Amino acid sequence: MPCVPPGGEAVPGDGALPPSALAGLGERAFGIYVHVPFCATRCGYCDFNTYTAAELGPRGAAVSPGSYPELVIAEIGLARKVLGTADVPVRTVFFGGGTPTLLPPAAFGAILAAIDGEFGLAPGAEVTAEANPESVDEAALYQLRAAGVTRMSFGMQSAVPAVLAVLDRVHHPGRPARCARWARAAGFSHVSLDLIYGTPGESDADWRRSLHAAVGTGPDHLSAYALTVEPGTRLAARIRRGELPPPDDDVLADRYLAADETLKAAGLRWYEISNWAAGGRSACAHNMGYWTGGDWWGIGPGAHSHVGGTRWWNVRHPAAYAARIRAGLSPGHAREVLTELQRHTERVMLMLRLAAGCPVAALGPAGRRQAAAVVAEGLASAQAYAAGRVVLTRRGRLLADSVTCRLTE
Amino acid sequence: MCVSPASPDIRASEPGVRPAPGRTGQALIRNFCIIAHIDHGKSTLADRMLQLTGVVTGRQMRAQYLDRMDIERERGITIKSQAVRLPWAGGDGRRYVLNLIDTPGHVDFSYEVSRSLAACEGAVLLVDAAQGIEAQTLANLYLALGADLKIIPVLNKIDLPAAQPDRYAAELAGIIGIDPGEVLRVSAKTGEGVQDLLHEIVRLVPPPHGDPDAPARALIFDSVYDTYRGVVTYVRLVDGRITRRERSLMMSTGATHETLEVGVISPEPTPADGLAAGEVGYLITGVKDVRQARVGDTVTSAARPAAEPLAGYSRPRPMVFSGLYPVDGDDYPEFRDALDKLRLNDAALTYEPETSAALGFGFRCGFLGLLHMEIVRERLERESGLSLISTSPNAVYRVITESGAEVTVTNPSDFPGSATIARVHEPMVRATIIAPADYIGTIMELCQQRRGSLLGMDYLSADRVEIRYTLPLAEIIFDFFDQLKSRTRGYASLDYEPAGEQEANLVKVDILLQGQPVDAFSQIVHADEARDYGLAMTQRLKELIPRQQFEVPIQAAVGSRIIARETIRALRKDVLAKCYGGDITRKRKLLEKQKEGKRRMKTIGRVDVPQEAFVAALSTQAGDRRQR
Repeated sequence: MPCVPPGGEAVPGDGALPPSALAGLGERAFGIYVHVPFCATRCGYCDFNTYTAAELGPRGAAVSPGSYPELVIAEIGLARKVLGTADVPVRTVFFGGGTPTLLPPAAFGAILAAIDGEFGLAPGAEVTAEANPESVDEAALYQLRAAGVTRMSFGMQSAVPAVLAVLDRVHHPGRPARCARWARAAGFSHVSLDLIYGTPGESDADWRRSLHAAVGTGPDHLSAYALTVEPGTRLAARIRRGELPPPDDDVLADRYLAADETLKAAGLRWYEISNWAAGGRSACAHNMGYWTGGDWWGIGPGAHSHVGGTRWWNVRHPAAYAARIRAGLSPGHAREVLTELQRHTERVMLMLRLAAGCPVAALGPAGRRQAAAVVAEGLASAQAYAAGRVVLTRRGRLLADSVTCRLTE
Repeated sequence: MCVSPASPDIRASEPGVRPAPGRTGQALIRNFCIIAHIDHGKSTLADRMLQLTGVVTGRQMRAQYLDRMDIERERGITIKSQAVRLPWAGGDGRRYVLNLIDTPGHVDFSYEVSRSLAACEGAVLLVDAAQGIEAQTLANLYLALGADLKIIPVLNKIDLPAAQPDRYAAELAGIIGIDPGEVLRVSAKTGEGVQDLLHEIVRLVPPPHGDPDAPARALIFDSVYDTYRGVVTYVRLVDGRITRRERSLMMSTGATHETLEVGVISPEPTPADGLAAGEVGYLITGVKDVRQARVGDTVTSAARPAAEPLAGYSRPRPMVFSGLYPVDGDDYPEFRDALDKLRLNDAALTYEPETSAALGFGFRCGFLGLLHMEIVRERLERESGLSLISTSPNAVYRVITESGAEVTVTNPSDFPGSATIARVHEPMVRATIIAPADYIGTIMELCQQRRGSLLGMDYLSADRVEIRYTLPLAEIIFDFFDQLKSRTRGYASLDYEPAGEQEANLVKVDILLQGQPVDAFSQIVHADEARDYGLAMTQRLKELIPRQQFEVPIQAAVGSRIIARETIRALRKDVLAKCYGGDITRKRKLLEKQKEGKRRMKTIGRVDVPQEAFVAALSTQAGDRRQR
């Protein structure tokens, strides 16, 4: 979750959505995101809405990994009430964080049972859990699989100890590979790894080493993110003080190209700017929902939701969140009901990030003129354009923001 | 010179009766001004005089009573002159009228100083007893001596622990040629010595000696536009009388106007029946624009006009030019209105529309000097709520082309191509610098670097020196004063006056983006400095202009010769790495902001340059030079 919540209008106490949001509910993909706001330690680069036990205060704090699942289950009930009686089977569930695996394994089963009870889990639903390599072991992975989790995503970040140290990651470099092996043994056919490139001090060779190490574990999915220095993090402070160099855009561009080549060679194809998968079935269906205008309900402190053109986000602090839920109130902090123009901008912005691209027909007249120019400049594929779509080339992917600006003129 | 004691004027001014405007004998009038450097306490002294003469009670008193504009009070300087009538019981028991004519202290306004001086018979030379005389004060003192004014030297701030009255009294005595014992010592802050000063003004300043029976002749020494009252014209009656009942005639234009109001300032405007010879006051004539009641013009009676006007002043010519543009192009109409309004009050400001490919629509403005420029800009921004960009200031050049034609260049963009130029003449100034003698070396070094030639040097006292140089005005415009201050730890003061022109090896440096000249950055510099300017500007722009999808060369050129080059590498990556559920709103807003920013960008060739880059580049230009 981003550090700075955007402004917006107030959410009604009962969380009721405008009629425009509820129209067509169930016709779009529906997913549930469960945010788990706990971490064992805080990493220096991370600005996610997560808290260590020390940050949450002494015993008796309003929220703990033990008491959290009941709050999640309560918000699932609220979601059902707000969405009314429409048939909205849940096609994807994503446990993100934070560190979801700090919850007791039984919690996953209980939460999934609540989702199934209120909405019904669609047949073949994708259920992803994020995990830190250090936070799981073989037994835990068996338990997660047994609880109904179908896909594991491990935060590997790097295979190079010096890089991991700058990121404050505590795991041992060999650990992600073992996690991936254990996961497959436990019955997970979908295993994903996250990598970060451009960490201060990382060399081109370091990055290649991380890529090969990741590919060597045989994942069917990989996410690689350029390190973003978020304001307010320890990393940002260290860069400001001159202790670490800031990431260089040209270096990041080179790393991205290296990633795309290595991953392609290993049979992983890009399907979103920062995501590669072994095939259509390996792409993360939950995230695809975000990028294709699907509906989802985000549960937990700071979680964002989107239903039919209304976006809202929950109060950020776990204690505030718990107080709202326990009072039977919506934890929604603020929301925005998107205008048609905003929806258009988002659609183009998100579709352009995908390998499927954006249909030329979805663009306005100025955008269509720009599309031709973008193709002529080599930023989008001529072949795809001939077939009526704007699909970014490798170079174009790195400049997706400028292209989006131009296509939404 | 004196009016006969039988005149009714005198009877009205006998003890116990306050002399009324229009009926005050010249023998009882003392017209004086105060010459002082900024911060030497002129406004505080004026405040004490207002209190001691009883025209302002303690309750009404506010600091710097006579400084009316906010900007004057904030900066502690006087921009427009003021004249205030003070009744004063002399030591001889007679009731006198003292007219205090306030003068601006800064060099840019020496023109306003000289017109104030013309309305006076005496001048209080006010000098900080802890600082000694400053260059601008010395320049104004010379103006006053040239105008044959009686000088009353006064040391102020004698209450300060750092005051050295004996030392600076000796210095002043040496400059004016008097005995150090004749230098008065006051503290405007505590009021100590101010009463004695007022008595000395009565004793030493000669009374006016106009012809009270001749046709009226009044010298306009200031014209101020007032939103409610129209143009208020400040005059010094030299001969005859002006009354409310007579139409007035402006002698330079021959235009006649109804006289709507005559009065004096004491300290607020107070209407009167008329003004008599020797008096100072104001006229309101229904004139709508300060240009119709021009400073230096003579006002006479339409019914009984004078034959000859008084000697006026030469109109000030703008010496420094700069382009002013609204940051937001949509504000252009409001900007134009604001300039038109300011002109009502500032006869020295000139402007004409100009268009810049980089900055849009604006005006090329002419100013008396850098402070004038700064103040105009600040007043425009403050009074109209606009934000403005100014191009770096330049002098006026006279270019003779090979074909013998003469071109006056006030905008570097209009500088002819070097191949067609036969000669270029640049304006020169005569600069006077006063500083502690320890800094002679560093000051001379600075002046030599700036193409100066030494005229002479004099010790004002054992350890203070006056250094005189001729320098190109362009060198003074380019942060000379800042440099001087920093190299002398603030101890040096500077004054300059126009001193003709010289032929010089000047070139125009153009800054090119992808081969397209950016007009706002063109600058006329000495050939020897062209490369430094080019390097500084190209480096600065490289930092300020965002990377584009293609490589952008930034070049500095003199004619077709490239003298400096930088390259902005092509932008390869702008995309945020991750974009999940919670990132979408933030990312959309970022894109919306980016699009909005792009709409406000100026396109030079194919290069998109944000307005902020121009603002930053122009505002730090002087800073570059300062570091060198």
